[in-house]
Amino acid sequence: MSTALNMHYIVDGSDFTTAGEASTAVKMSLKKLGIAPDIVRKVAIAMYEAEINMVIHAGGGEADVMLESDKITIRLIDHGKGIPDVDLAMKEGYSTAPDTVRSLGFGAGMGLPNIKKYSDEMYIDTEVGKGTTVTIIINLH
Amino acid sequence: MKVSELCSAAGFTQVSADGDDREIGGVYACDLLSWVIGRAAENSILVTVMTNVNVIAVAVMADLSCVVLCEGVALDDAALQKAKENGVAVLSSEKPVYETCLLINKVMCS
Repeated sequence: MSTALNMHYIVDGSDFTTAGEASTAVKMSLKKLGIAPDIVRKVAIAMYEAEINMVIHAGGGEADVMLESDKITIRLIDHGKGIPDVDLAMKEGYSTAPDTVRSLGFGAGMGLPNIKKYSDEMYIDTEVGKGTTVTIIINLH
Repeated sequence: MKVSELCSAAGFTQVSADGDDREIGGVYACDLLSWVIGRAAENSILVTVMTNVNVIAVAVMADLSCVVLCEGVALDDAALQKAKENGVAVLSSEKPVYETCLLINKVMCS
């Protein structure tokens, strides 16, 4: 199926307070395109959590959003330290985030579980020392 | 009930008025933003003492109706600017979280 729209973002990993700018831009774009509000909300929450994770753990990266007639695919690619144990990282409450991040309300070990909750499909491709690619698929129908 | 009506009836202070015509769909009280974004229902009020810019980002992403800050805490400048840019209404209560929730409940059920 041909891609109807591509969006590409660089996620700045240097400032935690600006994390979420890519997700905000995607949310606004999808709303303007007339995508159903419940779908837009799912995309926004899943992508925001993934973006926050990328800033906390990998110093930023890149995000691609592909809108097709039947689904939205969000791919977040970083070159951080990778995830040694994905099953453990998927457990609610497990976190390796620093205290500085916790003091801002994150790092509760809910990021990956939240992404899974709000996506229809989720894939994590990670290699320790090389980075992580998180792929989120949200169906339009 | 609209956010502006809650603000008047509860005697809250209006910190950022943009978006205060939104309908309130529920109440969620929490400071852990990952919990908020994962569990708060759409159009909920967020009752919190967190004041950083991420609070506003979470309100935008989760489609919350407004943020009610408790104990008189003030938003930092970046958060206030983001609230205005994104049309997120922010109210302020002098009461602690529990008492603020009780007051909201009283107003919304009256």
